[in-house]
Amino acid sequence: MSAAIFAPGFFSSSPVQLAAAVGAIVAIVAGCVGVFTVIRGQSFAGEALGDIGAAGGSSAYLVGVAPLWGFMAVSVAAAGVMEMIGIQRTRGRDLATGIVLGAGFGLAALFLYLGTTYNNTTGATVTVLFGSIFALDTSVLPLVAVFGALAAGTILLLYRPLLLASVSPELASARRLPVRVIGGLYLLAMAVAVALSALTIGAILSTALLVGPAATALQLTRRPGRAILTAGMIGVGAMWLGILLAYDSYDWPPLHHGWPVSFFVVTIVLLAYIASRAVPARASSR
Amino acid sequence: MTSDVVTTTPKSAATATGDQTALTVDDVTVRLGGRTVLDHVSFSLTAGEFTGLIGSNGAGKTTLFKVILGLQPTTSGSVRVGSGRRTHKDIGYVPQKFLLDPDMPLRGRDLIALGLDGQRLGVPLPSKTRRARVEEMVEAVDAGGFADARVGRLSGGEQQRILIAHALISRPQLLLLDEPLANLDLRAAQDVVGLLSRIATEQRIAVLISAHEMNPLLPVMDRIVYLAAGRAASGTVDEVVRSEVLSELYGHHVDVLRVHGRVIVVAGTGHDEHVPDEQAEHHHAGEGPPPVEIVE
Repeated sequence: MSAAIFAPGFFSSSPVQLAAAVGAIVAIVAGCVGVFTVIRGQSFAGEALGDIGAAGGSSAYLVGVAPLWGFMAVSVAAAGVMEMIGIQRTRGRDLATGIVLGAGFGLAALFLYLGTTYNNTTGATVTVLFGSIFALDTSVLPLVAVFGALAAGTILLLYRPLLLASVSPELASARRLPVRVIGGLYLLAMAVAVALSALTIGAILSTALLVGPAATALQLTRRPGRAILTAGMIGVGAMWLGILLAYDSYDWPPLHHGWPVSFFVVTIVLLAYIASRAVPARASSR
Repeated sequence: MTSDVVTTTPKSAATATGDQTALTVDDVTVRLGGRTVLDHVSFSLTAGEFTGLIGSNGAGKTTLFKVILGLQPTTSGSVRVGSGRRTHKDIGYVPQKFLLDPDMPLRGRDLIALGLDGQRLGVPLPSKTRRARVEEMVEAVDAGGFADARVGRLSGGEQQRILIAHALISRPQLLLLDEPLANLDLRAAQDVVGLLSRIATEQRIAVLISAHEMNPLLPVMDRIVYLAAGRAASGTVDEVVRSEVLSELYGHHVDVLRVHGRVIVVAGTGHDEHVPDEQAEHHHAGEGPPPVEIVE
């Protein structure tokens, strides 16, 4: 029976083990950061950071370093530019995000073109844009752990001021909290979370992991701390289930070649969100 | 709500224990981009007293609040909170605009707790004292029935109560509320005003509440600070809301009419005389008290 669910070799496969470990870390970090992304209404900025990360991932292939460094460097730099253009003003937010997003895609197009043309890295486009968690190198695990701890640590350290500043910048500044600094640090943490997410499920899909489980958690609980825990659990669940299904799908039609993990993860996240909306009003009432 | 306006007296409990100055605004002038927003404004607030900051939109109320909170530098003059050094704990503040997503995962009591330690780093650890303090504030503002609901789904009046508790939990000497009655119906406004008046007396806090209408505040106001075009007159309602004082403030003649225990301020001279449409509607509706007419 269990062999039908867990295909032979699933638990002993080292790519699966690595994917499960990296995926879990990334999902937990995404949960921490994502709840605030949704509360602050910065999903679009998160999406843009991920898409821009594509430029980083593709340039990493071009110069021959690990894609994580590319995702990370470009997302963090883009967060800095967004901050400078004025993401903290409501009216500047869409503009800042849109401008940086366009520029990022332009660069990604160039780097992917150069990479596929001159370096013959044909798989790079798919890997950068849609992820390939089974193809990770083991050396990436400690990096993921360190960056993940940085992003989640920032959120947990700033938890109360960040919550207050996200709920009402006016209340926060009346308490002499540096609202702008808090917002800037948050944006950095989000850039790191998005880069990690891009590594696992791809640059294009990275916000699905950031925003989806968080939005689902917000439907299920009224408390901010529980929302973070819930989002992390949903994310890890979606990630592991996605990995399992992708592993099983090597036997599936039409090609018997495996379906992408990202597809499963994103679909599970979407289904979880839809299910959470259907939860009886009592559980999420008022 | 008493209709006896003329004999509104300061609360004896507050004055009997001597004057504890909670706030001194001393000759404050603020110029922003060449415009004088506050023009030599002076007044002081006493612990336990309820003061209304009355003025039309653009009279400088919000700027004055920012000055008191230390968020707006003054061009000249000074502000002193309590006995001297100002900290965030000494001022409780309830902002005017408060719009929350209904799905925000934040209960009323979570927001109240953020008033206690929202500026601290790290994740709050479960604490009996913290929970007891929050519960105490929930009861102080009669929020027991909705403190566990999401803040974004509460009514305007319920949100006001939560915000007042958020502001009070750090035991400030001074409570500032920016237009708290603006979006409330008459009943909710009366409830909030009654609550604030009770809190001022019981907790010996100076309450300063800004409004463009003074009538809902008349029954409870110990003192009034009347702002017009950046200039201020302060004192008891009877001292300030008089034709001579307000005419001087506005710089042209103004009449103060008292109708059924309510105050209406109208421009006295012929060509300035008008009743804005908005206020005419109020009269037709016959629900709220007629607002103060602010003459410009």
